Amino acid sequence: MKELDPLVFLAVFQEMLGPLLWVLILLIVLGTLAFVGLLLKEKTINSRRLVRAELAGLVGGGLALVLMAKVSSSGFTDAGGPADWFLIALVFGLGLAGTAILVYTFMGWRKPVGQ
Amino acid sequence: MYKNALDKILDDTGKKTLDRRSFLMLGAAGAGSLLLAPGGAQAASRIKSSARIVIAGAGAAGLAAASHLANKLDGAKITLIDARKEHFYQPGFTLVASGIKQSPYVVSTTREYVPGGVELVEERVVEFDPEGNKVVTESGKPYPYDFLIVATGLKLDYEAIPGMDVEQIGNNGLGSIYHSPAKAEATWRAMSNFADTGGVGVFQRPGTEMKCAGAPLKYTFVTDDYLRRRGNRGKAEIIYNANNKALFSVPIVHEKVRMLFEERGVKVNYERVLESIDLGKKLAVFKTPIGPVELQYDFINVIPPMRAPDSVRNSPLPWQEGGWAKDGWIEVEKHNLRHKRYDNVFAVGDVAGVPKGKTAASVKWQVPVAVDHLVASIAGKESEAVYNGYTSCPLITRLGQAMLIEFDYKDNLTPSFPGVIAPLEELWISLVMKTMALKPTYISMLRGRA
Repeated sequence: MKELDPLVFLAVFQEMLGPLLWVLILLIVLGTLAFVGLLLKEKTINSRRLVRAELAGLVGGGLALVLMAKVSSSGFTDAGGPADWFLIALVFGLGLAGTAILVYTFMGWRKPVGQ
Repeated sequence: MYKNALDKILDDTGKKTLDRRSFLMLGAAGAGSLLLAPGGAQAASRIKSSARIVIAGAGAAGLAAASHLANKLDGAKITLIDARKEHFYQPGFTLVASGIKQSPYVVSTTREYVPGGVELVEERVVEFDPEGNKVVTESGKPYPYDFLIVATGLKLDYEAIPGMDVEQIGNNGLGSIYHSPAKAEATWRAMSNFADTGGVGVFQRPGTEMKCAGAPLKYTFVTDDYLRRRGNRGKAEIIYNANNKALFSVPIVHEKVRMLFEERGVKVNYERVLESIDLGKKLAVFKTPIGPVELQYDFINVIPPMRAPDSVRNSPLPWQEGGWAKDGWIEVEKHNLRHKRYDNVFAVGDVAGVPKGKTAASVKWQVPVAVDHLVASIAGKESEAVYNGYTSCPLITRLGQAMLIEFDYKDNLTPSFPGVIAPLEELWISLVMKTMALKPTYISMLRGRA
């Protein structure tokens, strides 16, 4: 057997998401750049903003689970074992982290500290 | 390999800041592509060749073979012959018949997957002439070849069941999930009515080789679950009729399904093959060791005998003796899909006379091996590629859960995620792979990209 090729994953994602894949990749790249840029500019983490972003992240995690249920024609209530709990935690956690970072970044650039 | 792949996924996940949607798809897609894909990109250098290669049949196997050949050969004349303009994503049929997806989910067109440089002839092959190295289509036109790949799929032999009428699928408690997307949807309506009223549900599988031997079991489980969810399980009896002494050809899986059936109150009869049916009286007659047995049903899922298409059966290609000769499966070496008597002929997919798995996963693993051997022949080399019989079956055991069963020729379980996704455990994550990741992976396979 040959080694698995990352291109296979790319091909599968492309089939799954269509043009949305590139929109998401763009969002990820721009979001990351904006986040890193914000950190470099402010040289600090604004805890007040962070708490708000984390609260938004909770909603994001919930939305990620709802979205997952929709696209998989099933839901986390169908969990049957440890691998499922891991998947639920992963989906929720990634939804939370992704949303929190994006919200923190958005808030930071829209209304910088001290303004 | 899989362990490495999984490490890689986890590693990549950690490195990149992915958006949540791609995050949650990552696991499923990665897993799906592992299930279907032996991995590996196309060979970097294409071999120059003027060989004439004919591929009979443009279903999953034919299209995947065409894509792989087009990727590997430069200048070869590749001709794909199939009369059907629609392409069916057959792994989705059970989802349609279970009310989880609508029929457009499984229908697309053949033409959209035909790779550049490959000619599609929209006709049916009616004659195989391996002595004369040609096939003949229904218009009488001969297509000579240097290499032939037979990927015609199989024939659902409804006519072998006296009393059966495919037009009636969906009416009067008659279901049949394999026939077509439309009939899968009609079967869903009939099954849903049954789940509302209860009664006797009869399930069976044919006595021949069949595509996706898990599907008859899945549909029994799903019907049971709908009855429960609608509060009618107490009003229903579910009877599963196995064709031989096992519920599944892999013994360890048989045992697990036997236990689940017992737990769900599914009555099991062994060594019963549907012999005839009276649609008006809702009466099914089974052939058994003790003579014909009648079963009155309120709902039945008819799965007909499956055989090689007539054009193949009437050719010199099938096994000449043994259990597969009767139904016309093509005599190939099971580890490389090359014909045992005609060196320049290969058979992939359902029509291949190999012991296990007539599934999309089998196709995914067979095609690169067969193509590798074919291309090696062109290049005057030997190929070392081996197909070990790998196939996979996400066996749905209730709405929202499945068992991710993967196995090979030796009846070994070959789990892609040992220690993470247990093959004999009913899990949501296994269903997620089926509903989210398998179709994109399948389509990538048709395009020769996975």
